[in-house]
Amino acid sequence: MDGRRDGHGPARPGFWRSPLRGPWLTSALGGVLLLGVPVLLLTGLLSYAAYNPDLPGNDTTPDRGLLGFYLFPWPTDPHWLYRLTQGVHVTLGIALIPVLLAKLWSVVPRLFTWPPVRSPAHALERLSLLLLVGGVLFVFATGVLNVQLEYVFPGSFYPLHLYGSWVFAGAFAVHVATRAPAALRTLRGRSPDGGTAPGDGGPADAAGLATPRPAAPTVSRRGALATVGGGSLLLFGVTVGQSVGGPLRSTALLAPRGQDAGPGPNGFQVNKTAAAVGVGERDVGPDWRLVVRGGGRERVLSRAQLLALPQHRAALPIACVEGWSTTDQEWSGVRLADLAALVGLGARPPWVFVDSVQAAGAFRSAALRENQVRDPRSLLALRVNGADLSLDHGYPARVIVPANPGVHNTKWVGALAFGERG
Amino acid sequence: MSARRRTRYGASPAHLLLVLCSLALAGYAGVRLLGGREPWLVAAWFVGAALVHDLVLLPLYTVTDRAAQALFGHRPGTRRLVGHVRVPVLLSGLLLLTYHPLILGRVEAYPATTGLSGDVYLGRWLLITATLFAASALVLVVRLWRARARGETPA
Repeated sequence: MDGRRDGHGPARPGFWRSPLRGPWLTSALGGVLLLGVPVLLLTGLLSYAAYNPDLPGNDTTPDRGLLGFYLFPWPTDPHWLYRLTQGVHVTLGIALIPVLLAKLWSVVPRLFTWPPVRSPAHALERLSLLLLVGGVLFVFATGVLNVQLEYVFPGSFYPLHLYGSWVFAGAFAVHVATRAPAALRTLRGRSPDGGTAPGDGGPADAAGLATPRPAAPTVSRRGALATVGGGSLLLFGVTVGQSVGGPLRSTALLAPRGQDAGPGPNGFQVNKTAAAVGVGERDVGPDWRLVVRGGGRERVLSRAQLLALPQHRAALPIACVEGWSTTDQEWSGVRLADLAALVGLGARPPWVFVDSVQAAGAFRSAALRENQVRDPRSLLALRVNGADLSLDHGYPARVIVPANPGVHNTKWVGALAFGERG
Repeated sequence: MSARRRTRYGASPAHLLLVLCSLALAGYAGVRLLGGREPWLVAAWFVGAALVHDLVLLPLYTVTDRAAQALFGHRPGTRRLVGHVRVPVLLSGLLLLTYHPLILGRVEAYPATTGLSGDVYLGRWLLITATLFAASALVLVVRLWRARARGETPA
């Protein structure tokens, strides 16, 4: 049509033999990603907001600059909010892997398009595509490796995943703006198995996707899409149980938290065991004291003294950034607002900086915002499900706050500093 | 098309604006992405990510699929049966690709960190794979039986 000469090898359109490739297949797969990727981006942005990164010590990507423009105080209602957003983020991400791979398979002739650069616009678009494909696979790879605790990526997870996502998001916007109109027209106008003939003269040639030399088909396009859909359903099925919990947890056959955590009141998922972070019996034995600071005052309390204070209950889950969560557990302990009152800040409790006795580790301290401190369900929990906390669940005391990401529900708490950094 | 040929850029001004904005965003985030201790390694992972599908995964799919098709021959009667091998292999492969660190037992810190056993995953994946092949065989048997009942050759 525009007289381009064919290249050699994979740059020859006839090199690619699958009869499945064509605008319809690519548009159908693209349509699914068009729906799913914005949900992933949105839930990812919400996850960063949930960490309240403007509070001291909370920001895992302190050089975010303008990329934090949308941040807002993370609410405490509904109490399962982070459980929902992060469960969707990880489960949907994993379920979209087959769709993503199929989409990349369907457009591979375009990687070898000849000539490689036709105009400045074409060059910029190809650069943007490099960022799109590199970005999406980089973000998916870091995410999938992180949820399995396989920390082989070159740096800390949070900056890699967050900044990689922004690079991808810009390229995604360009890709959607330039391709979606044609893709939607294709989906509305054509049937799955029509218009594959070479020399069709229509969009098939211009898109450069359909091969002029198709091999005999071994499966229909619908069959191929059904297989991709089956892959997504399968991945969803072996993963979602770790977020839903309860009796469904055991269906999550391959997910990192699909196993039963044992019987009894402390029988729910542990993020990191005490042994893994170096907390031992002597750190939390009878000599353990809680230091509460604020308003120029300080109070030191033993566990017995904490148990003597008015106890309150809350039914709250643990929800991790890795996508898994527990169902609501029955916590009991002292309200954070009541601890603020011990140092005279009970009228309008400020934000609090929580320190663990844990000596090392990224989340040994965390800050909670005023709305979190003032919520009557936010506790310094001493007991769960009718028994003392186990060591792995944060004995002698841990924070539990509604809608909070799991790592900010600090375990083995040593000190609370209201309105000031510890 | 001729209007495009007239501009030396090759597309509308809106296109240029959009791409430049996205490149600016990529630059802003990219500087921060590469701001850690090993920027070259991060860049290598990013470029590798851009290429891994087309240069590693795709040849893998193509070669194994062509081998499977060659096994089944090229007669119309048996060519479509390759799907009964292809589908379970693809589905099992997707699970392996996604969960390979757990399945292959590569995460040494897993039991100590989570308090759960890291040994169950290989067995579970093999069980799922076996189930997928069994289901595929069952579907094949049903297809052949129904085709024979109709007096047709299987296809």
